[in-house]
Amino acid sequence: MAVTLDETAANVPGSTPVRAMVRGRRRRTLSGHLRTRWQLWLMLAPAVVVTAVFSYVPMYGIQLAFREFDFAAGLTGGKWVGFKYFQQFFDSPLFWDLIRNTVAISLTTLMVGFIAPVLLALTVNQIVGPRRKRFTQTATYLPHFISIVVVVGMLQVFLSPTSGVIPHFLGLFGVEGTNYLGDPGSFVSVYVISEVWQHCGWNSIIYLAALSSIDTQLYEAARVDGASRPQIIRHVDLPALVPTMVVLFILNMGGVLNAGFEKIFLMQNPMNLPASEVISTYVYKIGILQSQFSYSTAIGLFNTVINFAFLVLTNQLAKKFANTSLW
Amino acid sequence: MLTTSLRRRTPGDLLFSIAVGTVVALVLFATIYPIWFVSIASVSDPAMVATGRVWLIPQGFSTFGYEQILADDRIWTGYRNTLLYTVVGTALNLVVTLPAAYALSRREFAPRRALMFFFAFTMFFSGGLIPTYLLYRDLNLLDNWLVFVLPSALNVYNLIIARAFFENSLPEELFEAAMLDGVGYLKFFVSMALPLSKAIIAVIGLYYLVQHWNDFFTGLIFVRDYDKQPLQIVLRDILLSNQAFAGGAGGAGGSGGGAYAQQFADQIKYGVIIVSTLPVLLVYPFIQKYFEKGVMVGSVKG
Repeated sequence: MAVTLDETAANVPGSTPVRAMVRGRRRRTLSGHLRTRWQLWLMLAPAVVVTAVFSYVPMYGIQLAFREFDFAAGLTGGKWVGFKYFQQFFDSPLFWDLIRNTVAISLTTLMVGFIAPVLLALTVNQIVGPRRKRFTQTATYLPHFISIVVVVGMLQVFLSPTSGVIPHFLGLFGVEGTNYLGDPGSFVSVYVISEVWQHCGWNSIIYLAALSSIDTQLYEAARVDGASRPQIIRHVDLPALVPTMVVLFILNMGGVLNAGFEKIFLMQNPMNLPASEVISTYVYKIGILQSQFSYSTAIGLFNTVINFAFLVLTNQLAKKFANTSLW
Repeated sequence: MLTTSLRRRTPGDLLFSIAVGTVVALVLFATIYPIWFVSIASVSDPAMVATGRVWLIPQGFSTFGYEQILADDRIWTGYRNTLLYTVVGTALNLVVTLPAAYALSRREFAPRRALMFFFAFTMFFSGGLIPTYLLYRDLNLLDNWLVFVLPSALNVYNLIIARAFFENSLPEELFEAAMLDGVGYLKFFVSMALPLSKAIIAVIGLYYLVQHWNDFFTGLIFVRDYDKQPLQIVLRDILLSNQAFAGGAGGAGGSGGGAYAQQFADQIKYGVIIVSTLPVLLVYPFIQKYFEKGVMVGSVKG
């Protein structure tokens, strides 16, 4: 899996015909390629080095999941133990809790977070007047730039059962305040609603761009046929969004077990832990805090492989049924 | 898009317009109100906020929260660190990303497809937390401020956006003319391509800037030394460390006990949210006009 800089350079397809722009001569050899293209390689070098070192070397370290951790050997690990740590994870009493929590949080986020931007884009597209539209867009993009720590901090002050503005507001209607952040039953809702609040506007940009590129003749034709505005949305706007939706759906499926570590970690407290302990937070606790390096590497790898499998699977399905795919 | 002049006004249309207006108003309220509430709560009388008497405009007036924040060294150390990491980090990001994106945009560069795969693969597959942690340990990056700028030097998503921009927005004739004059790739990139790419530099510069400013993960996992911690870690300690313990003193302002201390702790929290988010909010309006451009360029070809 590991690709070092040397291997990459050696893999340069020197035999591929290189269209030599420079001084109009064709060169087919590796040395010829390097003579005309060395400046491009120089420009790429920092990016290739950073990626090789910080992304591919850790992939090389995945073998740790199959080995006993040995402090002296470091990243490559010690004695080979096969699937021992995976077995330990599958047998762990926490296994199904972790899977259930992770899937519940990420699937709900995926579904709601996937549909909300489409609805927002369709609605914003209906706003008459460029300035009002502009203002709405600017305002809805804004929360995307607020840090996760601040968003969770806002959740805590707003939801505080004694002094929070949301319990105060609900109190006006006689709704008794509960501690939403300490209640396992509300964890997923609070998480997903705040996710939508933060990213829905930003994620709608790409759909708004697709909507603005629709041929105006389509609208005129629809109107001549007597279509109402809801019918135009249904039969003109929505179909125009489908290709983009498919691509984003595939990409999202690649993160089906990637419930956002930082936000869940920050929202965790001893009371909501039954609903909020997910694979990534568990890996952090047993790996970084308890130094069980091999075991937590195995759990992390399990997570990555499932995600990757979902990505490939969704991509194949999309290729077959929607004629759209990432590769 | 339907223009007003084209639209026939039927009762159904009117109803639809009202529905759209209502939904938009609700969305705007839900988006803006939390930010507005934090702003007014940060300068209101803490007791009025805690008892639910602050809704739309500040009630009473208190700068207690801001005074406490000004006097708190942790926040300013965090601010200084984050400023350093953000400035150095973003500069490094641009130096790494832009030339690489340009090289990958050259169609005559045969290995570019293989290289693109080399980069894009890391978006979907990674070594995971522990191998990364052990690697940083071997590289002496733990508790080292370079951990905030080096490993994040390239974001593949930004690389793809920048490459798409160079591919679609730079006139090929310009390049051919420069080549005829014997100008190399490097010189062309620096003296011709970059000056024509201000929009994309602004967009990915902002993405990187916000990424560094909001980075919480790096400090949490890889840094123990509190003097090196960024603002987000300090924020976590002030905003969240006394979570769910009503009555516990929060931040630097905890004096006395019970609900009284909580009120003041809350005011510090409101103030800290404003102080930490202000820089991003101040940059936002200036760069905001480039957003659509950046996202659209990126969506042309993934």
